[in-house]
Amino acid sequence: MSSRAVTAASQVDRTISPYAPSPYVVRSRTEETSDIATLVLEPASGVTSRPFEPGQFNMLYAFGIGESAISISGETGPSGELTHTIQALGPTSRALFAARPGTCVGVRGPYGHGWPIEAAVGKDVILAAGGLGLPPLRPLLYRLLAQREKYGRIEVVYGARTPKLLVFYDELQRWRARNDLRFQVTVDVAGRDWYGDVGVVTTRLPDARFEPANTVAFVCGPEVMMRFTAQALLARGIGPDAMYLSMERNMKCAIGFCGHCQFGPDFVCRDGPVFSYRRIGPYLTTREV
Amino acid sequence: MTHGVSAEIATAIAGHAFFKGLPEGLIAAAVSGARERTYRAGEFLLREGRAADEFFAILDGKVALEMFAADRLRLTVQTVGRGDVIGWSWLAAPGRWTLDAIAVKPTRAIAIDVAVLRSHFAARPADGYEFLLRLVPVLASRIQAMEMQLLEADVL
Repeated sequence: MSSRAVTAASQVDRTISPYAPSPYVVRSRTEETSDIATLVLEPASGVTSRPFEPGQFNMLYAFGIGESAISISGETGPSGELTHTIQALGPTSRALFAARPGTCVGVRGPYGHGWPIEAAVGKDVILAAGGLGLPPLRPLLYRLLAQREKYGRIEVVYGARTPKLLVFYDELQRWRARNDLRFQVTVDVAGRDWYGDVGVVTTRLPDARFEPANTVAFVCGPEVMMRFTAQALLARGIGPDAMYLSMERNMKCAIGFCGHCQFGPDFVCRDGPVFSYRRIGPYLTTREV
Repeated sequence: MTHGVSAEIATAIAGHAFFKGLPEGLIAAAVSGARERTYRAGEFLLREGRAADEFFAILDGKVALEMFAADRLRLTVQTVGRGDVIGWSWLAAPGRWTLDAIAVKPTRAIAIDVAVLRSHFAARPADGYEFLLRLVPVLASRIQAMEMQLLEADVL
């Protein structure tokens, strides 16, 4: 899209349609793995980024190809920059993954309910992430660390299938070096060139230090990982009202109209993507949902 | 690798997460068949295919449980450390290790002669039952971890 078209698009009256995207330009691109990239998107002239809650998502539009729901994976920059981490899976996400600096993409959002960070004030906090579940938790971690004194212990357990699939690799080293945060990294399988822990996320939870009755857990990852992790956390005494999971479904409209993302009685785009375990726990083990 | 028997071993076994709270007679039997071992990074605790004749309680360090892939590439399927136990192949015929365990950090472990445990359990089946009640959750958690690995293989 040309810069003139970007300007014209930015002047569209978005009250006309809730589906009209705002134009953003890729400012930087970091390749995390062979098929995962983090894009920083800068708003085009006349566009203002709306504030977001960690855990919310935007609909990103690859012009001429399609739209995809992508979680916000970083804090908003001083000029309204948005950060998204994208895995190339289908035509739209492959186009977004491949977008180079200067490419224009459409953005609408943010949508949904994010992580209830206020529920963690004064408590120990556990973040459990599997695979691409870390990006939606990253802005939450930033906010926890920005007001570190408001929380008790912070434990992060992050698992990926192999060492090559770990995202934010440099930042992981910085987080692991902090003494006000315990950040465990594990992989499902590894070769001899990996000296860290091996085992799924649940194998690291027994090492996590927290006071179960005074802990809030935030979990994000593949559904099977969240299912087992939730069971492990329940077994350690964390209550269903103190555990939050971010669900992923095929979101299309993002505003609760189309029904593509229905999960039990809820629409993930409108009522989630973050739900309490109390709310969705029964559906995690219901095959028909 | 070093060997030794001492009161420290008795203390270490009694205080180990796996053994804590088990019947005194069982603890005493375990102590009677126990040796403390230390391993440098890269040393094997057990090798696939060899006779499974010891039960290991890890005191410190980190141990990788490894399997061969089809191309002989070694894959670590789990790491274990302080408070964990490894080695239950002696409970199932033919009593041979089904994977390798290799220290990836300097590691200290108690190795218990399973012949001593077997004879104790034969004499006191109730202690054998208590031992299995303690061991089965460990097995269950490892099976569940492998289920997750299988299920996540295509979705992570």
